[in-house]
Amino acid sequence: MNRLLQGAMKAAVPCLCGLLISPASPAQDNTVKVGVLHSLSGTMAISEVTVKNATLLAIDQINAQGGVLGRKIVPVVEDGASDPAIFSQKAQKLIQEDKVVTVFGGWTSASRKAMLPVFERFHSLLWYPVQFEGNECSADIMYSGAQPNQQILPALDWAFEKGKKRIFLLGSDYVFPRTANLILKKHILHDGGTVAGEEYVPLGGTDFSSIITKIRVAKPDIIFNTLNGDSNVSFFKQMAAAGITESQIPVMSFSIAEQEAKAMGPSLVNGSYAAWNYFESLNDPMNKQFIAAYRKKYGQDSVIDDPMVHGYIDVYIWAAAVKKAGSFDPQSVRKAATELGWTGTAMGPIQFADNQSLYQTAYVGQLQPDGQFNILWKSKEPLRPEPYDALAFPGRSCVIR
Amino acid sequence: MGHLAVLTGQLFNGISVGSILLLTALGLALSFGLMNVINMAHGEMLMVGGYVAYLTCRFVHGPAGFLLALLFSFLGAAVLGGVLEVTVIRWLYGRPLDTLLATWGVSLILQQGARSLFGAIGVDVVAPHWLSGSVAINHGVLAGLTLPYVRIFIILLTIVTFALLLLFIARTRWGLFLRAVHQDREMAQALGVNTKWVDLLVFAAGTGVAGLAGAALALIAPVTPTVGQSYVVYAFLVVIVGGLGSLLGTALAALLVGLFSSTVQMFTGVSLSDVFLLVLVIVFIQFRPRGIIFQRSRVMKEA
Repeated sequence: MNRLLQGAMKAAVPCLCGLLISPASPAQDNTVKVGVLHSLSGTMAISEVTVKNATLLAIDQINAQGGVLGRKIVPVVEDGASDPAIFSQKAQKLIQEDKVVTVFGGWTSASRKAMLPVFERFHSLLWYPVQFEGNECSADIMYSGAQPNQQILPALDWAFEKGKKRIFLLGSDYVFPRTANLILKKHILHDGGTVAGEEYVPLGGTDFSSIITKIRVAKPDIIFNTLNGDSNVSFFKQMAAAGITESQIPVMSFSIAEQEAKAMGPSLVNGSYAAWNYFESLNDPMNKQFIAAYRKKYGQDSVIDDPMVHGYIDVYIWAAAVKKAGSFDPQSVRKAATELGWTGTAMGPIQFADNQSLYQTAYVGQLQPDGQFNILWKSKEPLRPEPYDALAFPGRSCVIR
Repeated sequence: MGHLAVLTGQLFNGISVGSILLLTALGLALSFGLMNVINMAHGEMLMVGGYVAYLTCRFVHGPAGFLLALLFSFLGAAVLGGVLEVTVIRWLYGRPLDTLLATWGVSLILQQGARSLFGAIGVDVVAPHWLSGSVAINHGVLAGLTLPYVRIFIILLTIVTFALLLLFIARTRWGLFLRAVHQDREMAQALGVNTKWVDLLVFAAGTGVAGLAGAALALIAPVTPTVGQSYVVYAFLVVIVGGLGSLLGTALAALLVGLFSSTVQMFTGVSLSDVFLLVLVIVFIQFRPRGIIFQRSRVMKEA
C-alpha cells in the first residue's frame, strides 16, 4: 500500500511541476463558466428540468460553433429543489465559489424574489425565462418571460374581439393570480366589460363544487384561469362532471402549456384556450429546427413549450451581447443585450427593450385532442414589455440605467 | 338558476364534501377513540388508496374496473395500516407524543416514496362510463340544478360504508370485543379478549376506510403525494368536534363541516370560509370541549 502511494506521488510530482512551470494554465483561458439554476427535484422539477435541458442545448450548439469570444461555455448546473431559500443559497454559491459570469434560471416568482437580492448584491446577472406578474424592475435581471401586457392583456383583447365581455376570474391564492387579476379587473372595467366573479382557492385545493355553482349563477362568457398545478385537474374534472362543456363556458388558462396538457391528459382540457408567446405548433423554420435539435438530444417524444424556448433563446442573446460588449462583465453584457436590435427566433422576432424585458408576440391557441394548440390569433406586432401596468400601478415606470 | 336550485345544489355539495371528510375521519375516530393513538400518517393512507385505485384502473378496464379499484384500495390501505400498527404503533402505546412523532415520520417517508414512484404531478382516475354525466333538472323551481353522478356515488358509498361499520361494531363478535376494549381495556383483557388482535383489526379497518376515501376522491381530484395532508387536518377537526370515540358524533360533525363550508363559500372565498370554520370550531370547543357526543370510557379518563 505504502509503496503504491509512493509510486503515485513520484508520478504526480513531475506533472505538478509541469503545471507550475507552464506560463498560464490553458484550461482557464479557453473556458467560461455560466450557472444553470433550476429545480431538478421537488414539485417544480417536472417543469424546470425541461427548461434546463433547453438551456444546455443552446450551450452545446454555441460551443459547437466555437464558443463565445473564443472560449468554450462550461455550464455549472445546480438544483434549486423547488425551495426559494435553496435558490438563493445556490445563486450565491454559483457567483462566489464557481465564479460564473451569469446565471440562467428560476421559475416561480417566489424563487425569483429570493434570488433577486443576491444578484443585486454581487452585481451579477440572472436570465429569467418564465411569464410573470410584472411589478418588478431590477437592473441585475433580464426578464425574458412575458410581462402581463404580453400575455394576459392580449388574451383579454382577444376575448373582447370575440364578444366575450362577461369574465369570471379564477385563480390559486398567491402572488401571480392576485396581481394578474388586479390588472385584469382594471382593464375589463376600463374597456366596458363585466367582472362576473373573482374566486381563489388555496394552492393544491381540490374542491370546486361551490365555485362551480357560482359560475353557473354568474353565467360568464369566458373564465380566465390562473390556477396552478394540480388544482387544474380537479377544476376541469369537476366542470366536466357538472356537465359544463367548453362550448358553453370556455376557459382561457395562463398556466397550461403543452407540458401541462400532456401531464393532465389532453382529453381533459381539450378545447380550452391558452395565451402564450410561443406554441410548439408555430409554423416557422427556426422553430422546426429548434424542435428537431431538442428531440435529437432528449428523445423523439419530447414536448416543447414557452418557458423552454425562452430558456434556449436567453443563452443565444447572452452570447450575442458578450460578443457585442467584447467582455463577460455583467454590467457591459446587460447594456449590450438591450442594444442588439431585432433577432429572428423560434418564437418570432424579439429584442430586449431598455427596461431589460423582451419585446415579443402574443398568441392565443386552442387545445386539440393531440395535446397541441391550434393558433387562433396573434398580436399584430411584437409587443413592448410594460413591467408596471398603467391602470393598475399608475405613475410607476421601469427605468434602468 | 333560481334561489331554491342554488340552495339545494349547495346542500348537496355540502353533503358530498362531508362524505369524503367522514370516510377520512372514521379511521381516526376509531384509532384515536379506542387506542388513544394520534396517527399523523392517516392522510397518507388516503393517498395510498388513491394510487392503488389509479393502478387498478390502469390494468383492469371495463365497467367493473372501478369497483375492483375500491376493493383493492381498501385492502391495500388496510394492509399498510396493519403493518404500521405491528411495526411502529404497537411499541409506542401509552406514549402519545412519541406515536405522534413516529407516525409523522412515516407520513414523510410515504409522501417522498410516492413522489419517487409516481412523480410530483398528480395522476388521475378517469371516472368509469356509468359514473360520468349528471342528473340535470330543467323544469320547475329547481331548474338549472345539476347533480353529478360521481358525487351521488360518493355519498352512497359513504352511507353504505358507515352502515356496515356500525353493523360490524353492533352485531359481530369482534365488534363486541371492540366495545369491551373501548369501555375497559384491562377488564376485557382479564376476560380473555386478545386486545392485540382487536387493536390491529381496528387500526387496519380504519386505514382501509381512509383508502376507500382516497379512491373516491380520485374520481373528482388528482391523486398527488400530498393529497392526504389537505384532508387530514379537516379529519382531525371533525373527530374533535364530533367527540372522541363516537362514530355517530363524527358523522354529524363531518356533515356540519361540509354544509358550513359550502354555505359560507357562497358568500366569501374558499380561504376566508376556512378561517370562519376554524373560528367556529375554537368557539365550539370552548363550550363543548368533549365534542357533540361524548362517550364515557376508561381510555378517555386516562387520557
